[in-house]
Amino acid sequence: MLRFENVGLRYGMGAEVVRDLNFSIAPQSFQFLTGPSGAGKTTLLRLMLLSLRPTRGSIQIFGEDSARLDKGTLTNLRRRIGVVFQDFRLLDHLTTYENVALPLRVMGRTEGSYRAEVVELLRWVGLGDRMNALPVVLSGGEKQRAAIARALIVRPELLLADEPTGNVDPAMAWRLLRLFVELHKSGTAVVIATHDLNLMDQFGQARRLVVGDGRLTVFEPDSQ
Amino acid sequence: MNAVDLSDVERDEDARLKREVPLVPPDSIASRALVVVIAIMTFLACLTAGGALLVADASRSWRSDIARQVTIEIKPRAGENTEAILAKAAEVAARTPGVIDAHALSKSESDAMLEPWLGQGVDLSQLPIPQLVIVNMAAPQAAQLDLLRDSLAKEVPQASLDDHRIWLSRLDTMADVIVAFASALFVLMIVALGTAIGFATRGAMAGTREVIEVLHFVGATDAYIATQFQTHFLRLGLRGALVGGSTAALLFAIASLLSIWWRHSAGGEEISALFGAFALGAVGYIGIAIICAGIASLTGLLSRSIVFNHLRQVL
Repeated sequence: MLRFENVGLRYGMGAEVVRDLNFSIAPQSFQFLTGPSGAGKTTLLRLMLLSLRPTRGSIQIFGEDSARLDKGTLTNLRRRIGVVFQDFRLLDHLTTYENVALPLRVMGRTEGSYRAEVVELLRWVGLGDRMNALPVVLSGGEKQRAAIARALIVRPELLLADEPTGNVDPAMAWRLLRLFVELHKSGTAVVIATHDLNLMDQFGQARRLVVGDGRLTVFEPDSQ
Repeated sequence: MNAVDLSDVERDEDARLKREVPLVPPDSIASRALVVVIAIMTFLACLTAGGALLVADASRSWRSDIARQVTIEIKPRAGENTEAILAKAAEVAARTPGVIDAHALSKSESDAMLEPWLGQGVDLSQLPIPQLVIVNMAAPQAAQLDLLRDSLAKEVPQASLDDHRIWLSRLDTMADVIVAFASALFVLMIVALGTAIGFATRGAMAGTREVIEVLHFVGATDAYIATQFQTHFLRLGLRGALVGGSTAALLFAIASLLSIWWRHSAGGEEISALFGAFALGAVGYIGIAIICAGIASLTGLLSRSIVFNHLRQVL
């Protein structure tokens, strides 16, 4: 599904931020991406999302070489990826409902065709009574859940989440993790970037991709 | 996921869901400023185009009035019966093809024509004032004028024919200069408007960089994003153009009504002669509507093209 081969990235003429990345994400797999702050987790997620181009090496995604992607193919690939940003990236002038419905709307679906599924997902993540609220009046946890719901609404083949439980209490974190696990069981490959050791311990079957000093080490579940 | 029982709050939320809200934030200070700029530019563009139309109409009317009338001029000479020569010239003119009527001005009529320049009570009998025959023609053609000139040369050699050709050519030049100047102003305004739209679009994109990024990440195509911006700017363009265009149309309508009143005031006749009745007519008002639609479309299409160019450079 996703393969990195000797990938490195530098900004301008600076030193490489990440280097010699060699790993792959298999379909229906579950992995935590972890490491100290500033180690390059978010950069790695952006490379996976193809919002950054590597300065060397190759990234294969859904069988396509990222270096040869045209705009149309890139858009189609992104429709197969769900992403939860650390800073949520909800659109401030849209309600929770509209934010969550956004991926379906940009695909050209009519409001009537997705209304029920958006409403159901919002209720499932506990935002049933906040559907008409604008992001500015949502708490951090509510924004987090709205951002997660927006990533899940298209039932992506690959889910990339940057600190998705960073702003919620442990009970909600556990509930969200269950949501990710359910999604994984239904066939989605999940990559969760997190510092939260408790969260990682709650799902021991996950691989751990540990970023440190710009390099990545993969720990398979058996070896942990 | 299992269906969840609905609380009253959730049912209420469900009923109030908003749909298909614009993805580009609709109201901002920059948007309002752009509406004002578009309104002012549309107003000025409509005034310029309408003014040019009025001048063009008025000049057409002057030209047609003047061209339909030619003058036979007879300079009085000692020992000649000027009245008889005038009558003869009028008679020669009357039988020329294309002439509707030929009317020799009496001495008192000629004096009355000079009154605005020389004042009342001046004894003009001692001055060699030329006497005139006013000839009205249906639609004067060069051949008819040549025939009239030849006939006068043979039968009334004292007469000279003035077909106002020089005056007409000056009028033509003046009207053409005014229309060309107005057209240049109109083009300049459209260029200025295009530049303002360009700045506003780039400003809006800078202000909505995050929106564009999120739209990309959730799988929006460049065309979809560009369409969102186009719709946003088309709305702003329509709003501004409607305000500017309707204000200009209202101004022309008021000027047309006022011109009826001031036609009888001092100097009113001269203004009426120069600009007509300030009546734009249906063509003028349709022209204003077309300018409004054109400016709104320009706003939408230009912003679409700028957004497209920008997105092409974004991963």
